[in-house]
Amino acid sequence: MADSNNHNSRSRFRIAPVFMFRWEESQQAYVLMYPEGIVKLNTTAGEILTRCNGTNTVDDIVHQLSELFSEQPEFIEPRVHQFLEVCHGKGWIQPQS
Amino acid sequence: MAKAGSNLNLDGQGNPVWLLLELTYKCPLKCAFCSNPTDLDDHQDELTTAEWKTVIQDARKMGAMQIGFSGGEPTLRKDLEELVAEANELGYYTNLITSGIGLTRKRLENLKKAGLRHIQLGFQSSDPQTAHWLAGVDCYEKKVNMAREIKALGFPMVLNMPISSLNIHQVPDIIDLAADIGVEYLELANVQYYNWALVNRDQLMPTREALETAEAQVAEARKQLGDKMTIFFVIPDYYEGRPKACMNGWGSIHLTIAPDGVVLPCSQARSLPGLDFPGVRDHDLNWIWHESESFNLYRGDNWMKEPCHSCSERELDFGGCRCQAMLLTGDAANADPACSKSPHHHIVQEAVTRALATKQDHKKLIARDVGWVPTKV
Repeated sequence: MADSNNHNSRSRFRIAPVFMFRWEESQQAYVLMYPEGIVKLNTTAGEILTRCNGTNTVDDIVHQLSELFSEQPEFIEPRVHQFLEVCHGKGWIQPQS
Repeated sequence: MAKAGSNLNLDGQGNPVWLLLELTYKCPLKCAFCSNPTDLDDHQDELTTAEWKTVIQDARKMGAMQIGFSGGEPTLRKDLEELVAEANELGYYTNLITSGIGLTRKRLENLKKAGLRHIQLGFQSSDPQTAHWLAGVDCYEKKVNMAREIKALGFPMVLNMPISSLNIHQVPDIIDLAADIGVEYLELANVQYYNWALVNRDQLMPTREALETAEAQVAEARKQLGDKMTIFFVIPDYYEGRPKACMNGWGSIHLTIAPDGVVLPCSQARSLPGLDFPGVRDHDLNWIWHESESFNLYRGDNWMKEPCHSCSERELDFGGCRCQAMLLTGDAANADPACSKSPHHHIVQEAVTRALATKQDHKKLIARDVGWVPTKV
């Protein structure tokens, strides 16, 4: 696995193929499923991961979230980067090559 | 297999999350540790394709998200691809739990097209002769070939290796084999003693020293392999002193459907005497889960006796396994005797002592001899 700190604002991520990410009506939440496991995500985490579609850059995600939550991009940016690092470390997402 | 809890950070909010379909009890192997019932021939009236689809749809409506296609050997059902496609379209994460016997490149391709997400491949050993002893059939080469085909098609894969006295000394070789095949997850699951494995307990029980050696070997391999492969080492509860959080509690998140449509809190529950589990041919699945007596019997903690009822760990392990409590103490409401706090814990300790005093010899293994169907290996 690549160093989780090597992404930048132009990086693009997508959900790793082992995982299935989708909205689950019965839980009213986004869920991430993998062999023998399920992670239920909070609203912010779900909104970030749903944008990891291989097309959005990290910068795009920051701007979309700042609009969605009516927060300054400067407030959102470090939090998005931090969450993506965690996701990358867990193998949930992969850099789009 | 009775699961030692599942990986999740959500609760089912009273609904099933995990659906396990035992499509058939038939199998081309005769594993001496098989978790299927020992009176298999009584339960051979399998659900039809249409009946299975109704189960898949009904459980999804109730909130189930993970589905496992198991058996016996699920690939013996020719409608497997059709059922996987149905589950995939409904949004399940689809898992196939197979011996690999009965799979072909063509079927794997069709399963991929049907939307199968993940395959758990059961293995017996890294050594062909040992594998033959444990499975009762010469199948090693076919399994390795299938494992490579599965990876060639890009499926994520768990290699599941039930661990017993016969193969525990092979752990480093097993890890090398899994790494060579390129699996993402290796599950070294110490055999749990139900059904056929209970019949063969004296022959299968490893020594504590062998377990400690294997654990050290796993720790070393984890360091070497880094995040290339995740190794799960499922501790045998007979040695652990703590009971497993079996199925995350009775009727909590797990729903198992037996080949004939009988609905169970876990695949071993059928071995509990005196319990009449309803089937989907006679009752609505939603009613069975929420209302039936059998699903409510050991739900929550009101049923618990001491020492469970006042135990600070009762919300962690739910009193362990009801089936094991019944099999070893004669009352499913007793604490699982694997727990060191159980007044029956000596039964487990005595079983270990007796097994280790037995001269272990593979020729004494009793093969699962019912429900076997010859298949070209």
